[in-house]
Amino acid sequence: MRQAKVIRNIALGIENLLLHKLRSFLTMLGIVFGVGSVIAMLSVGEGASKEALDQIRKLGSNNIIVSAIKSIDDEAASTTHSHMSIYGLTYEDHIRVVESFGTIRQTAPVKLIRKEGRLGERALELRIVGTTAEWFELVRRPILAGRVLLDSDVEDNLPVAVLTEFGARKLLAAESTIGQSLRIGGDYFEVVGIVKSESGQAGNIQVPDEQIDVYIPISVARTYFGDIMVRMTAGTREREMVELHQMIVQVGSIDDVEPTAKGIEDMLERFHKKKDYLVSVPLALLRQAEATKRTFNIVLGSIAGISLLVGGIGIMNIMLASVTERTQEIGIRRAIGAKRRQIVSQFLIETVVLSIVGGLIGIGLGVLVPFLVTYFAGMATVITVSSIVLPLVISFAVGIVFGLYPAVRAAKVDPIVALRHE
Amino acid sequence: MSAEAGSSCDGKIVQLEDARKIYQMGTQAVNALAGVTLSFKRGSFWAIMGPSGSGKSTMMNVLGCLDHLTSGRYILEGQDVSTLDDDSLSELRLRLFGFIFQSFNLIPQLTVQRNIELPLYYLGWDAHRSAERAKELAEEVGLGERLDHHPTELSGGQMQRVAIARALANEPEIIFADEPTGNLDTATGEQILRLLVELNEQGKTIIMVTHESHIASHAGHSLHMLDGRVERVEGDG
Ligand SMILES: Nc1ncnc2c1ncn2[C@@H]1O[C@H](COP(=O)(O)OP(=O)(O)OP(=O)(O)O)[C@@H](O)[C@H]1O
Ligand SMILES: [Mg+2]
Repeated sequence: MRQAKVIRNIALGIENLLLHKLRSFLTMLGIVFGVGSVIAMLSVGEGASKEALDQIRKLGSNNIIVSAIKSIDDEAASTTHSHMSIYGLTYEDHIRVVESFGTIRQTAPVKLIRKEGRLGERALELRIVGTTAEWFELVRRPILAGRVLLDSDVEDNLPVAVLTEFGARKLLAAESTIGQSLRIGGDYFEVVGIVKSESGQAGNIQVPDEQIDVYIPISVARTYFGDIMVRMTAGTREREMVELHQMIVQVGSIDDVEPTAKGIEDMLERFHKKKDYLVSVPLALLRQAEATKRTFNIVLGSIAGISLLVGGIGIMNIMLASVTERTQEIGIRRAIGAKRRQIVSQFLIETVVLSIVGGLIGIGLGVLVPFLVTYFAGMATVITVSSIVLPLVISFAVGIVFGLYPAVRAAKVDPIVALRHE
Repeated sequence: MSAEAGSSCDGKIVQLEDARKIYQMGTQAVNALAGVTLSFKRGSFWAIMGPSGSGKSTMMNVLGCLDHLTSGRYILEGQDVSTLDDDSLSELRLRLFGFIFQSFNLIPQLTVQRNIELPLYYLGWDAHRSAERAKELAEEVGLGERLDHHPTELSGGQMQRVAIARALANEPEIIFADEPTGNLDTATGEQILRLLVELNEQGKTIIMVTHESHIASHAGHSLHMLDGRVERVEGDG
């Protein structure tokens, strides 16, 4: 019974709004664009930050990445003749790190080598990583064919190689390549597997397998190729001695990430004369990215708030004009016996219907825009339930807030005055 | 002309006791009603007459519960309504009164049917019953074919009939008519007046403001106002 009455009141409100279709439509536009832009902006923003967050998660939020860097002194020195720059992490560092921190679950040392490689007819320079079986635990990537490195490969010094997707593509290797031999420098390696690889960057940390073609056991890398790299650049021979280029450290729980990273940093500082290492923490980046996202949302929220405010003021303006225009109608209704609150609800219903319909159209618009952005610009967009429900609730609230004053004004119309003016 | 408060058994439907309405215009006070005492019997037909500015409309507004008295008492069906709040006065208008105005005062955006249904809507009638009642009423005033028309598509006389149908929708005790024929030609005015006489014969109390004595002659009683006072009463009150 009550419900039927509410529905009837709403129906009458809609009927009245339909009497002035164009005006009602124009009145709604503010809300339409307000809500539409909120949803569109939120979904584009959400999509962008999701991409960033995914990228960081690829690095592993429980991981600490310690990298060798060439210090500036060395950079300068290496330009002089026949100088050898010695920098980076050492095998000692690795052992010390593993032994000093109970929080560490596993680590993977990384040795980078560039050597000529040949597979069948194809010969080209390969980017080779000497590492251990743990690498594949830390940097989880699906196996495309064969297997990854095993502990026994490292222990027994076996000349085996696992190609990355990149490397396989460069060498024109496929599943059938498994078992064939790959020549690196002067040595032969058996190809035992192919793994998927990822590319990308988050903050200043690169995805660890971004530029890798081949994995070989670190023990083999060390015995076959040694620690000294000679590079010819612009006619000068550049010699470098680096034991480990990188160390990926995984701790047991996310709470241990930052203290352990700090501990490693302190320890390295004690044993290294110069700062030829960098400890980076994907988790810190994650936090930073999340903070950025929050800020972004606040800014978006404010813009949205302002546009909805403007939309609301637009509605209020039209409703006030409508009250003036309909003074006589209000007077008639009051004379017939309508109570003040019935006049209030009549006008309030009209405003709320306007703003909710505007909100719904705005949602349509706001969903369409991200869709087009994804379709044409290829940007990721994410529409969350809350990014739709929130604007709808807000447009309802806008209707109430900005409709209340005109409605109260309407209810204050004195029927005697209203009926006298013609 | 002394009336006991609360005694409705004497057949008096409205009573005013020393009713005053003063409009304060800056330093000047306008006595729109300057102490009126009167009583109308149930089922009577009154014409209120008097020159412009004599307080006729003011009196109608007070009797129709659209306006408050500055002082004095208004007793409606034995109940003192001078001190009632806005909601209660709205309720009284809704249940007891029908209004007919000189300028018809129909809502132009609404169809004839919707206009007639208006009091029923506020009485909480459902859509179906209201539609039936509106149709009945429209037929009663001879506009059965015009239910879906808008007021702007009707002549003055037809509009006033719609207004009458609307005034009758809630089966009122009293019909207030402020110069109902003022905007109509003589012949049409006569027709409208005949409708009112018919209604009076059916037992409705009718209080009508008019300038014209030939219109007033249809009413059983007439009350002449001057400067906010009752100057003279014709026909037995
Ligand atoms: N809202 C108001 N404010 C100030 N004065 C008013 C107001 N309403 C009426 N008056 C004054 O009260 C007096 C009576 O007015 P009222 O409208 O009752 O006259 P009337 O008899 O209906 O006149 P008419 O025949 O012209 O309609 C007039 O002097 C008028 O100026
Ligand atoms: Mg008047």
